Amino acid sequence: MDTGLLIEKLILAILLFVVSLGIAAYSTYFERKLAAWIQDRVGPDRAGPFGILQPIADGVKMFMKEDFTPTNADRWLFILGPGIAMFTALMTSAVIPWGTDITLFGRTIALQVADLNIGILFIFGIISIGVYGIMIGGWASNNKYSRFGAIRASSQMISYELAMGISAITIIMLSGGLGLNDIVKAQHGMNWNIFYQPVCFLVFFICALAETNRAPFDLPECESELIGGYHTEYSSMKLGLFLFAEYVAMFVSSALISILFFGGYNFPGMDNFSGNTLALLSVAAFFTKTFLMIFLFMWIRWTIPRFRFDQLMHLGWKVLIPISIINMLVTGIVIAFNEGWIKF
Amino acid sequence: MSVELLSLIIGGLTIGAALMVVISKHPIRSVLFLVVTFFLISSLYILMNAQFLAIVNIIVYAGAIMVLFLFVLMLLNLNKESEPKTPKLALFSSVLASGILLLVLIAAFKDSLRLQHVRLPQQKQIGLVENLGKLLFDEYIVAFEVSSILFIASMVGAILLAKREKPIID
Repeated sequence: MDTGLLIEKLILAILLFVVSLGIAAYSTYFERKLAAWIQDRVGPDRAGPFGILQPIADGVKMFMKEDFTPTNADRWLFILGPGIAMFTALMTSAVIPWGTDITLFGRTIALQVADLNIGILFIFGIISIGVYGIMIGGWASNNKYSRFGAIRASSQMISYELAMGISAITIIMLSGGLGLNDIVKAQHGMNWNIFYQPVCFLVFFICALAETNRAPFDLPECESELIGGYHTEYSSMKLGLFLFAEYVAMFVSSALISILFFGGYNFPGMDNFSGNTLALLSVAAFFTKTFLMIFLFMWIRWTIPRFRFDQLMHLGWKVLIPISIINMLVTGIVIAFNEGWIKF
Repeated sequence: MSVELLSLIIGGLTIGAALMVVISKHPIRSVLFLVVTFFLISSLYILMNAQFLAIVNIIVYAGAIMVLFLFVLMLLNLNKESEPKTPKLALFSSVLASGILLLVLIAAFKDSLRLQHVRLPQQKQIGLVENLGKLLFDEYIVAFEVSSILFIASMVGAILLAKREKPIID
């Protein structure tokens, strides 16, 4: 085994971990500022200039709170729940390509922890087990509201995963590869998938909102009906992990959407640059796209009211799945014509 | 660490987790151990360089089917008090039936021990998604399509069963 490769991947993984957590922490701050802006308020402004230290104050508060376990809770599963939620949220970022290759100390370093040839399937696998954190946590709390939250989360996940998977298949058909790097490279030169597949993008985006439990699909933690949903009984850093995992998941799914539809690290005029300049610019382009997606997620949360549960199921099964299947069939027929497999 | 040792360890853990599915008293714990079993089986697939099979196993079994199992179990609200007592005769017959199944499985798989020295050509790449796709859509296309018809038939059946109950509710 190449030691240099091992060290390089280790540094990249740690960097990714820190960046994901940092962005998630500051997403909470920007979410509150944005909510304040939309609702014509001031928002957090006490900790530091413009309230910039607010996420750190929140984190310290979470650690200092009493760690409470309900009497009849299943002790081990109660601890396991938030752990799984956080673990799965962080795992997904391993296959995301953050930029073009960078050259440091005479080594060419790929800005991607693992270039799996089944990258997108890996992400779907991790997303599909992400619901276990909520389900185990909600069940182990031994509280009816928590359990309702857990049941809602599981049925919502299963319903929206189908439409999400089918719309991802459309993108795979266009790019001809399952690896995320292949998908990004296929979109080189402003051939972004959003221009070819706007319907697919809409379906995928709605499903991503539902999969990350963001409003208007935050029924598992719907305050007005279920108190706190699956995390009703949680306190201290266990609650913190649940809330934090949602923001990490939002960051990762924004990154995924910018890879699948907005060309990932590609940017207009990127052929004029080369080497490390190109690498840094591509990382900057990628993060700009990701942050714009996060902004869109937050904008929707503070604009659209929450769905009712039957409306949610209706939208998932009777609207999104048929649309994505028809879209996939049309795309397949167009590809077959272009390749000359069908002739009149 | 050699692949043989690793697969031996994972194989042992798989059997342990599968036993815990049967031994655990609480149904939800059984389901969770079954999820662990699926993950261990997937890691065995990865050791055989069959990444696609491994991840599909996780998506379909751990991600979808087991979530549905958990969903149903949570709705059922199983308690120790409400559980009906199993009669002795049923217990005995189920042990007998699963014993016979074990015997049949051993008889079926004992020949596979002799097959292990048969090496397939380019075995390192055989589990990758391109090769699997070419094999499925070329050599085994008939079997593949027939199995998809089977799936559609079962889906239509499920929808038919769900629809039939509607007039009774109204």
